[in-house]
Amino acid sequence: MDQTPVTEQREPVVQIRGLTFRRGARVIFDNVDLDIERGRITAIMGPSGTGKTTLLRLIGGQLRPDAGSIKVFGQEVGKLSRRELFELRKRIGMLFQSGALLTDLTVFDNVAFPLREHTGLPERMIRDLVLIKLEAVGLRGARGLMPSELSGGMARRVALARAIALDPMMILYDEPFTGQDPISMGTLAQLIHALNGTLSLTSVVVSHDVHETSLIADYIYVMSGGKLIGEGSPQTLAQSDSPWVRQFMDGLPDGPVPFHYPAPAYGDDLLSNDDA
Amino acid sequence: MLDAVQNLGRWALNILERAGRATLFLILTLRGLPPILARPLLVIQQMHAVGVRSLLIIVVSGLFVGMVLGLQGYNTLVDFGAEQTLGVMVALALVRELGPVISALLFAGRACSALTAEIGLMKATEQLSAMEMMATDPLSRVIAPRLLAGFLALPLLAAIFSAIGVLGGYFVGVGLLGVDDGAFWSQMQAKVDPDDIYNGIIKSVAFGFVTTWIAVFQGYDATPTSEGVSRATTYTVVHGSLAVLGLDFVLTSFMFGD
Repeated sequence: MDQTPVTEQREPVVQIRGLTFRRGARVIFDNVDLDIERGRITAIMGPSGTGKTTLLRLIGGQLRPDAGSIKVFGQEVGKLSRRELFELRKRIGMLFQSGALLTDLTVFDNVAFPLREHTGLPERMIRDLVLIKLEAVGLRGARGLMPSELSGGMARRVALARAIALDPMMILYDEPFTGQDPISMGTLAQLIHALNGTLSLTSVVVSHDVHETSLIADYIYVMSGGKLIGEGSPQTLAQSDSPWVRQFMDGLPDGPVPFHYPAPAYGDDLLSNDDA
Repeated sequence: MLDAVQNLGRWALNILERAGRATLFLILTLRGLPPILARPLLVIQQMHAVGVRSLLIIVVSGLFVGMVLGLQGYNTLVDFGAEQTLGVMVALALVRELGPVISALLFAGRACSALTAEIGLMKATEQLSAMEMMATDPLSRVIAPRLLAGFLALPLLAAIFSAIGVLGGYFVGVGLLGVDDGAFWSQMQAKVDPDDIYNGIIKSVAFGFVTTWIAVFQGYDATPTSEGVSRATTYTVVHGSLAVLGLDFVLTSFMFGD
């Protein structure tokens, strides 16, 4: 029987209120509210450049918000000391877009890295744990390879094995499907879904891949221009009337998110004598 | 005119800000050093990367510098009938100046540039970010062992450079030009003071610390693009070499000024 108190079960794993974040003069997030519920796969979707990866970095405490609150497991991330932040991160796994494997270590040593850094377990036990994690992503046989010998999809699966090495409670996925062939994409989607269920995880998937993400997500937030422009289950969003959501879900080149970057009138530009 | 003053002010502020960041970076790295001392393998691996892999260039350069010193020294000393003191001249030149300085310049070009490129690429490929997200401090896990390894490696490389240089001078002076074997070594033994050796060690320790600090900071602070890493690597060699030459003058003036 689950012994977790009822209040903790109901509290979102990530609770964001009034988040504002700027890079120079550019506003990335403007007063955003967002909840990540426990046990769910929550997708954050939106066009490129909307700050989806930045949101993951804010949740992971690698960036600090200009205003607003980000609570992860009930802790205000922006107010944690470095030591407290590192303790929190032991409960969070993150899959980077590039995989971010340590290039001077083998596949085995990459997955063993967090275990060796934090657990003090004997090497024999670390070996068994690493093999279990690699088996889960189907790459036990690749344990002796170097990252340079892996395909993009394999590298991400190794990174996923590393992300679950410490048995985290939440995994943040940064664009897991980008640049993958259909087989790798399907494999990754299946892995994310299976791991979330079997390990009782909470998953946050940042992606602009509508099809694959809709297949595995329980709830989707769509972002654009620093604001949330839609949210709901994949089925709800598929039937949304919002032109913003429609443009993104249907992949329309022009709409509320314009095709053209802001520029002077085309005719004026062609007739002007400016060099660039 | 106003623009020029503004630009000058901006340039000065940038330099101060960067110096402040580098100092803060050093303090945080030194704070991350104690856990690394309990894991000597990490330091030994880096000693191999920055020290052992620099041996070839250090040995070959030391040999040629020593041979040139022997040749030049002989041609000057023989006019005064003092060619028997060739060993002293070669040894003092190497131990006091050329050993620490040339080793440090070669070290900046060979090992420090590699350190900057490695750390800069780790940053560009999100490896440092990944470490942070795995609750591992990259300053302690990546930077501190490299800083310590560079600090320890350069004095050893400088000592090897000087020893090989003396052998090069011996080969040319005694082997080719006919200086007396006994005089070469005995004069050296009589005239080279232990303080000369200590001062050379102090110099190479200081150079090792400064060049490695510059290298790891440039890598960690690099813009995470190919152009940014390339620029940081260039800065490492240029700033490191200038720092060595400037620091050499300061240290020499303290050691031999009066």
